[in-house]
Amino acid sequence: MQEPQLNSLYQQLILEHYRNPRNKGEMDDPQVEVHMRNPSCGDEIKLQLRVERGRIADVRFTGQGCSISQAAVSMMTQVLKDKPLDEVAPVVERFTEMMHGDQEAARDRSMGDLRALAGVSRFPVRVKCALLGFDALQEALKTLGDSSTEN
Amino acid sequence: MASSAGSGQPTRAPALDPHSIREDFPALHQDVHGRPLVYLDNAATTQKPVAVLDAVQDFYRRDNANVHRGIHELSRRATEAYEGARGKVAAWVGATDPGEIVWTRGTTDGINLVASAWGMDHVREGDEILLSVLEHHSNLVPWQLLARRKGARIRYIEIDDHGEWILDDLPDLLSDRTRMVSLSHVSNSLGTINPVEEVVRQVRHRTDAVVLLDGAQGAPLLPVDVQALGADFYAFSGHKMCGPTGIGALWGRRERLEAMEPYQGGGEMISLVERDASTWADIPHKFEAGTPNMAGAVGMGAAVEYLSKVGRDGILAWEQELVRYALDRLADVPGITIYGPQSVERRSGVVPFTLDAAHPHDISTIVDMHGVAIRAGHHCAQLVMRRYGTAATARASFYIYNTRDDVDRLVESLGEVLEIFG
Repeated sequence: MQEPQLNSLYQQLILEHYRNPRNKGEMDDPQVEVHMRNPSCGDEIKLQLRVERGRIADVRFTGQGCSISQAAVSMMTQVLKDKPLDEVAPVVERFTEMMHGDQEAARDRSMGDLRALAGVSRFPVRVKCALLGFDALQEALKTLGDSSTEN
Repeated sequence: MASSAGSGQPTRAPALDPHSIREDFPALHQDVHGRPLVYLDNAATTQKPVAVLDAVQDFYRRDNANVHRGIHELSRRATEAYEGARGKVAAWVGATDPGEIVWTRGTTDGINLVASAWGMDHVREGDEILLSVLEHHSNLVPWQLLARRKGARIRYIEIDDHGEWILDDLPDLLSDRTRMVSLSHVSNSLGTINPVEEVVRQVRHRTDAVVLLDGAQGAPLLPVDVQALGADFYAFSGHKMCGPTGIGALWGRRERLEAMEPYQGGGEMISLVERDASTWADIPHKFEAGTPNMAGAVGMGAAVEYLSKVGRDGILAWEQELVRYALDRLADVPGITIYGPQSVERRSGVVPFTLDAAHPHDISTIVDMHGVAIRAGHHCAQLVMRRYGTAATARASFYIYNTRDDVDRLVESLGEVLEIFG
C-alpha cells in the first residue's frame, strides 16, 4: 500500500478552520448542551444546539485539542446550521463512512468543507479526533429525541 | 517554565556505547513510513534486546513447565529459571533477600497490591495518604479507590514551575494521621529525578507512615539501592527496562510483607487449605496466586543481566548527555516550550515540550511520518498537565540505544511541523 501523505491530512482548508473556527463560542439559550472528552488524549468539545421549527437554528462549540478535532467540529457546525433535524443523522452517517475510507462520501457535496477531512481515513489513529464533534452531536440528538418523546 | 539549554556541567564520558548497543535490538532496525525508525518513546516502553527475546523463547522451547509444582525435570528447570530471575531482579534494586521480591504484572499491579493488601487493613477513616502532583495515574487512582472506601483523605506535595517538589510544605503535610506516603522516584511526564531519600528521611522523622516508591521510571536508569532509599516498598516494571510486558516486581521489607494479608487467593499462595480456612505460603509466594508469568520473569531476569553488562552506571549519564544535546538543539526551534527541571543533573532522559504553532497530536503525527516515534498526550499525568494549564505535551524520551543522530532527526522533523502549521 502506498504511504499516506501528510499533505492529504493537513489540507489548507483544515488548517484554515483550525486557525479561524466557525461558530466558536457559547450561546445564551441552548436547548441542549453536550460535553465530550476523548479520555485517551484530553481533547474536549462542548457543543450547544438550539432547534426551531424542526431546524437547527443555532449551533456553537467551545473546546481545545488538535487541529483535526477542532477543524472537524468547526466544519460540522457549518454544515449543521439551518439544517432540518431529519437531515442531521445522514450527515453523521456519511461522515463516519468517510472516516472508514468511503470515497463516494468524500465527494458528497452536502458534506461541505467536511470533505477536506477525507484524508484522515489514511491515519487510523487520528480518526477518533475527527469524530469527537460527531460523538457530541449524536449525544445531543439523543437528548433532543428523549425530550421530544417526553413532550 | 522553559529550561535553559545546556546549562549543566559536562558529564564524565559515558561508559556505554549506544552504537554497538543498537545492534542488539532487532526492532530498531526497520523503516517506518519510508525512513529508518527513530524510537523516542522509551518512557512508555523500551525495545527488547536479543538476549531477552532469546531467554523468553528458550524458556518456552526447552524449560516450560509449571513452577513449584512438579517433581519432574522440566518443572525443576522452570523453577530454577524463575527463582534465579528473582535473585537477579532483587540484586538490580539492591535487595539482599530475594524473598522480598514479589512478581507482579508491572508497577501498576505492585501499587495496587500494596493499596489493597496493606491498605485495606491499615487505613482508617480520617487517615491521610500523601502523594504528589507529579504522580502517574497508577500511583493516584489505587489510593483514591482506597481513600473512598475508607473515608481517608489524600494530600499532595505540589510542584514548582520546573516540575520539582515544593518541600517547604512537607512538615505541614505530614501528621500523626499520615498512614501512607507513595511517591514516584522519577517523573514519567517531566523527567524530574525526585529527592526521595530526603523526603523518606523527613517522613521517618515525623511519622510512622509506610512509604512506597513508584520506581517505574527510576529502576531502568538509576542505581537503585532499596536499603539506602529507606522506603518500605519499591514497585517497578520489566518492560520499561528492556524486559517483556506483563511482568514487574514489588520489593517490600520482609516484616511488612509478612504482616500483610494476601492480595489474591489461589494456587501457589497457600500452605494448607481446609474447608473453612487456609494458611498462607511464606513470602513472596503468598502474593503470587495462580500460575505466574514464568517466561516474563525469566525475560526480566535476562533484561537486568543485559543492562548490567551494558554498564548500569552509564545509563543515566548517557540519557543526560542526550538531554543536554536535545535542549541545546531544541532551543532554536521557534515557539517551543520545554518542561521539567532546569538542571540536567536532576532530569532523566525525558524531554517534554509544546509548540505554539501546533498541538502535540499534530506534532506526533507529522514526526511519525518522518519515522520518529514520540508520545503525545497527557502521559497519564493529568494533574501535571493541569498544573501547567495544558491538556497535552509532546514527549521525547531516550534510552541506552538512542544517539545524537536521533535527536537531529527529531529536530529536523519538527521543521516540517512548523512548515505546515507556521
